[in-house]
Amino acid sequence: MKEILDKIQAKYNLQDIAIQDNNQAYVTVGKDLAIDMVTYMRDYEGFSHFVMMSCVDWIEDGKLQLLYLLNSPEKKCDIGIKVFIERNKPTMQSCHHLWKQIWTYQRELREAFGIDFPGSPRVEENFVLEGWTEMPHMLRDFDTNKYAEETYFPREGRKTYDPATYMREKLYPKQPVTAKKNKDDE
Amino acid sequence: MSELDINDKVSEMLNKSEHNVAAAECFEKTFVRPEDEEREVIAPDGSIIKVNPIYDYFSGKKPTEEKPCRGVIEKFLNWARAESIWVLGFGTGCGSIEIPPLMTPRFDAFRFGLQMRPTPRQSNAFIISGYLSVKTLKRVIRSYEQMPSPKYILALGSCTINGGMYYDSYSTINRLDKYLPVDVYIAGCMPRPEALLAGFMKLKELIKAGKAEKANEYARNFDEYKANQKKIIKDWNMPDYNW
Repeated sequence: MKEILDKIQAKYNLQDIAIQDNNQAYVTVGKDLAIDMVTYMRDYEGFSHFVMMSCVDWIEDGKLQLLYLLNSPEKKCDIGIKVFIERNKPTMQSCHHLWKQIWTYQRELREAFGIDFPGSPRVEENFVLEGWTEMPHMLRDFDTNKYAEETYFPREGRKTYDPATYMREKLYPKQPVTAKKNKDDE
Repeated sequence: MSELDINDKVSEMLNKSEHNVAAAECFEKTFVRPEDEEREVIAPDGSIIKVNPIYDYFSGKKPTEEKPCRGVIEKFLNWARAESIWVLGFGTGCGSIEIPPLMTPRFDAFRFGLQMRPTPRQSNAFIISGYLSVKTLKRVIRSYEQMPSPKYILALGSCTINGGMYYDSYSTINRLDKYLPVDVYIAGCMPRPEALLAGFMKLKELIKAGKAEKANEYARNFDEYKANQKKIIKDWNMPDYNW
């Protein structure tokens, strides 16, 4: 893994290289070089299997982060190529010509995060939702609770209990509280 | 009269029939798909026929209330209805996994006169099994309205009562009774098949007592239900009345 990264580090100006183990690494590249690098990894380094494509909303930095995860069946290793794009009117170069299933991923990302992929086939069609007129629902500033309250007639009198406390009170009312601390809390 | 003339007559009749006009009036805002658009097609004999799939195949009449028969006859009918509940095989959420065991020897719902049917035209009970997304609600409304009256809805699971664990989801509804009339609620997350059977027993009691009249309530408050449905189904690309 390391040899491959050493070879292309200068070429693609890789930043933030995280080698998880021998089989897995994540790198961040610039927006302009990302699709170039995905193509290079597919054609020259044997990463012929496209695993998935996803997006993370970094609302504090005003960025969206796209992740292209590729796998090499020969070398048995994965590489994740991360790209930061602007959060305001996000656009990304389409790479549907490399693998056909990317059509679907890009359609989903367009619906969920509002990212435009010009030239990607059928990218403007509905993916999961029908007739959605609000902002993209997976962005972090979309308040799903507020939307549900305004839209779906919440039933009055609904209460939420902490399951652990509630069950203890109901099932073992006489037993003193001896809650064990989690190892993670210490 | 030649064949061509007959075809012209028929197509004229189709275009001018009463229910088409009524359906067109109630169907103002549309998100019509290309295959549903009004268009002219060439018949095998060369004549041109206008088709309008959404209006041609559905009635434009509102549902009407069905008045009960007199005394003993209505009691007899209710007994008969209670003993043959035909359930539409339509699973909406995670609760649909509770329906197949009903038909196995262990729970054996056949002994209560229940059976599953593949089409809404043959069914009179609808189990809303769990959470209901807006996308599914559209199909549910369409199926429910195609069922012949008297018809009953069983709402299964807490999702149909108050949203359950999906109460804050942007895509699932909270209260089913705002969109469709519910006869029996079965609480739980998930209710076991026994609970589902108990719900059917309750439904049978209600039917025998003549109290399962929610289909009539739907007809009575049709405009209110329709307004609620249209509030959340924004791409309403079907007729208002689907029977």
